[in-house]
Amino acid sequence: MVERRIGAPIPDRPPDSHNLLFLLGKAQSRFGYLPENLLCDISNSLGIALGDVYGVATFYSFFSVQEQGRHVIRICKSLPCFIKKSQHIINVVEDATGVKLGTTSPNARFSIQLVNCIGECDKAPTMMIDGRVYVDLTPHKISRILKDYE
Amino acid sequence: MPQLHIVLRNCGVIDPTRIDTYIKRDGFQALNKARGMKPEQVIEEIKASNLRGRGGAGFPCGLKWELAKNSPGDEKYLICNADEGEVGTFKDRYILESDPFSLVEGISIAGYAIGARCGYIYLRAEYHHLLGSLLAVIEQARSAGHLDGFDIHVQEGAGAYICGEESALMESIEGKRGEVRYRPPFPPTKGLWGKPTVINNVETLMNIPPIMLNGAGWFKKIGTERSKGTKVFSVSGDVDKPGVYELELGSTLRELVEDLAGARNIKAIQVGGATGRIVPFSMINTPLSFETILGAGAITVFDESRDILEIVCKTLEFLAEESCGKCAPCREGTTALVEILNTIRNGGGRRGDIVDIEELSRAMMLSSLCGLGQGAPNPVVDTLQYFRADYESRLATKEGVK
Repeated sequence: MVERRIGAPIPDRPPDSHNLLFLLGKAQSRFGYLPENLLCDISNSLGIALGDVYGVATFYSFFSVQEQGRHVIRICKSLPCFIKKSQHIINVVEDATGVKLGTTSPNARFSIQLVNCIGECDKAPTMMIDGRVYVDLTPHKISRILKDYE
Repeated sequence: MPQLHIVLRNCGVIDPTRIDTYIKRDGFQALNKARGMKPEQVIEEIKASNLRGRGGAGFPCGLKWELAKNSPGDEKYLICNADEGEVGTFKDRYILESDPFSLVEGISIAGYAIGARCGYIYLRAEYHHLLGSLLAVIEQARSAGHLDGFDIHVQEGAGAYICGEESALMESIEGKRGEVRYRPPFPPTKGLWGKPTVINNVETLMNIPPIMLNGAGWFKKIGTERSKGTKVFSVSGDVDKPGVYELELGSTLRELVEDLAGARNIKAIQVGGATGRIVPFSMINTPLSFETILGAGAITVFDESRDILEIVCKTLEFLAEESCGKCAPCREGTTALVEILNTIRNGGGRRGDIVDIEELSRAMMLSSLCGLGQGAPNPVVDTLQYFRADYESRLATKEGVK
């Protein structure tokens, strides 16, 4: 950290780094991803090395340093959802959006990711779109759900 | 055996958005009673109850509070672990949805007992949809004067299973990568920002108000010799009635999955999530307790149509992905296990591969830094013990040339 390298005193608790996750979360929510110049700004204002900021930004699966669609679809791939045919849901979502897993649609409307257990296993299969959870999914429900997202 | 609703006593009964419905059910009486006692007396009561942590590790709650209380310094912290990332676990989500007031009360009692300057609820990112109502509940309690200056902050996670591990959780609150810490020191000695810290699971804290109101003696009458009270189970998989069930500790797997959840043609049950145990149907009468099998109470049932190797491979793939990467036994070990298991599953395995995964499992259990690496071999070890034929039938018939 900059403070340690130049021998300046450690900030009062809670240290500025406490706010890093909060700032990254707000930025992710606002911009849809964490662009490099934003990470530089955060690094400068919190006094945390850019490499460390990047290390935090790339550790957590809900942060992305790559540009994403306006809406991020996260489909659960863990076992309780897998045995309730999450693969069918993945196929239907890919077809309905025209987007392949791990990519973003050309019009930047959707990105699709697979995620691990989101804690709705009694209503499997499940997915999230942005902050909203969808449960008891069947292939028939998908196109109606996606219509809500421009 | 019917359910026994202690933790879930208010779920479906109160309106989780309205404090007056909670007050009508003895809401905040336990906190008032605690504040009329010395903190040491509150700790003695929780110690006497023999309450053990409900997040999977089962550490004695009162002892943890006492260690933090007795640590020098007056800057201490109470953290509620609402990260709930273990596969197949959703009981804390249900509790947060249905009775967040009890949780706020339990956190406040814990904070009072250890002398914490504030409390944190670490809420996983996947429960973001519960954030607004949780903040509203804390605000209602604060405005009504129940918190008495004790601030409760909600810190959101950002999608990392390992942040349910208490030391990685603290790293995350401190704004860093969720990497596990070397222990000792343990959190009650040196935790958040190096200060004495208690981390308790949501369900553990939900037990505090009833214990304070009804007494340790009442609590000790429930459960087994070494597992007092109830456990909230999350049941999923091949069952008619998936969902949340609360049973007296010591109840059997059969009572839970067959009698209550309606499971049939059971092949295997995964108890305790990805790092938990896998038991065959023949062990259906096993009691659920800390001294037998429990974890955080995730119960995923697999019927006869399921493939054991697929279950193990998917579980290890999850763990390899979620490993924080700090220690070699886990980072390299989970990756190696995935590779070898998938080779066996796809019919390319040799007998030597089974020896390799047994040896690797022993090494990981002994030397990994945390429960992820230590527990990752569990599904492998258990299925080798109970479903060895599933492995051996897939081995290449010739001893292959490498």
